[in-house]
Amino acid sequence: MVCRGVSKTWAAGTARAHEALRDVDLDVAPGEFVVLLGPSGCGKSTLLYLIAGLEEATGGAIRSFRDAVDRPSPDRSLIFQETSLFPWLSVWQNVAFGLSIRGAPEEERRNVAREALARVGLAEAMHKRPDELSGGMRQRVAVARALAMRPKVLLMDEPFAALDVQTRAKMQDFLLDVWRDSGASVLFVTHHIDEAVALADRVVVFTARPGRIKSIVPVDLPRPRDPFSPECAHLRARLTGELRGEVDRAFAEQEALAGAA
Amino acid sequence: MSGNLAGTAGRLRRAGSSALASRPSALPPNVRQALSRLGWTVVSVGLFVGLWELAWLLGIADARLLPPPHIFLGNIPDQARFFNTATRWQIGVDAAAGPSPYEAVGITVAATAGRVFAGLAIAAVLSVTVGVLVRYFALFEKLTLPTITLLSPVSPIAWLPVAIFIFGIGNAPAIFMVVVALFFHMVLSTVSQIDGVNRNFINVGRTMGATKRQIYARVIIPAILPQMLIVLRLNLFGAWMVVLVAESTGVGFGLGQVIMLARNTFNPSLVFFTIALIGLLGFLTDWLLRQVQRRILYWVPQTTGVLRGL
Repeated sequence: MVCRGVSKTWAAGTARAHEALRDVDLDVAPGEFVVLLGPSGCGKSTLLYLIAGLEEATGGAIRSFRDAVDRPSPDRSLIFQETSLFPWLSVWQNVAFGLSIRGAPEEERRNVAREALARVGLAEAMHKRPDELSGGMRQRVAVARALAMRPKVLLMDEPFAALDVQTRAKMQDFLLDVWRDSGASVLFVTHHIDEAVALADRVVVFTARPGRIKSIVPVDLPRPRDPFSPECAHLRARLTGELRGEVDRAFAEQEALAGAA
Repeated sequence: MSGNLAGTAGRLRRAGSSALASRPSALPPNVRQALSRLGWTVVSVGLFVGLWELAWLLGIADARLLPPPHIFLGNIPDQARFFNTATRWQIGVDAAAGPSPYEAVGITVAATAGRVFAGLAIAAVLSVTVGVLVRYFALFEKLTLPTITLLSPVSPIAWLPVAIFIFGIGNAPAIFMVVVALFFHMVLSTVSQIDGVNRNFINVGRTMGATKRQIYARVIIPAILPQMLIVLRLNLFGAWMVVLVAESTGVGFGLGQVIMLARNTFNPSLVFFTIALIGLLGFLTDWLLRQVQRRILYWVPQTTGVLRGL
């Protein structure tokens, strides 16, 4: 996955135009776990949508395994912050949705769904309805749905933001297991420093709007990581320092915007 | 789902009163709930009837103009005489011939209800189809949406002459009236439902590689179905109103025609009897549609329990 000079301006050419991303260069190696960290509204989610092919960049180029990204593809599965399971389908039908789009026979769909659900530890929930599951379980189903498509890249847009702290920690462990099994690269957006420390091979820190890459921090700690170890504390301190100025700037800008409006 | 709700209600009640909880109940909770709902319906109607009867007792309501329920419901066979099906009004046919008064009421009611449901079904299918097409094809939207918006505020009454010009007399103009009364704003409502579909649902479809057609068929239509059924239920009452107007112009037989007959012969009892009948029918059909809704839309959570808790 290669991004070169990627820029995005929303509502370009109108009075409401605003620049979300400017000149982002980012390479993601196969099987790498990259966390995008930045203040809210810095355009990190926008980058994810661009990579997913759901939005078009206004500048630069994105390539995925040498193919230019110009449309969504099951190779690059996006997992959203809010649950995005279809409430009218059962859990397994949700997981197999992508396969049914391709016209796969029922037998295959069931098998793939069963396997994907087993990988997220929800084999029992096959025939449940999404509204019968907890928030954490729903996100696991969403991960299973992405895995069922055998993606090369998992794009995750603050997937655990709506979960409580304990569930979130569990989900991080679970995600690392799934990631190791699947061999896919992960691009994970968060504004949570702890989450970045727990998960990342590399942390990409974004500036406030327009989002640019401020720094890239490699994390060479073995997993599972002890969040209370001195190395993690050191990393956390460093990321906090990187981020502090940006959060202040983001705040000032939002206040200025509110004043102008 | 209803069992679930009843369970919650049961818990709430237990929390409120431990004395109640200890009393064993022979009836399953959903039956108890249905009975309680029925009971309150009777109380609500009874209150209204009681006030009316009181007004009559006190001499406020003149029995010749506002006959209270015990009068207009007191002699049903007498009222039923007026529910003539077309054959008995024909010249040369004996007034006593044809169906009995009760059968005539049944035929009249069935005819009107049939028109309501036919119109509702046609309007629903047409408007959802057109609404989806409007969003699916940009050109179709440009060609049709302005006209649809223009026509939607036109009162169904204005379409009445058109209905008679085109369809003459019979079932067709009444059904046409129902369709025309519902079609335009149901199209607009379909379009706004489509616009309101959760973006994430559509994006999931897109990342899974779904084509535009698949996204409409597999994501958008199931997503708007719950709201569309609610729109349909609300329009059911509209359909009952319009069908009466259409029938009053003479479609052979129907409740609207009975109302017109009552008006022309100055028979307030018959008016109120028919109104009572229509109310009952509307109530029953609404209940029916609610059952359908619950069957089809098993995934829609029922939130009334939450509101009760406020």
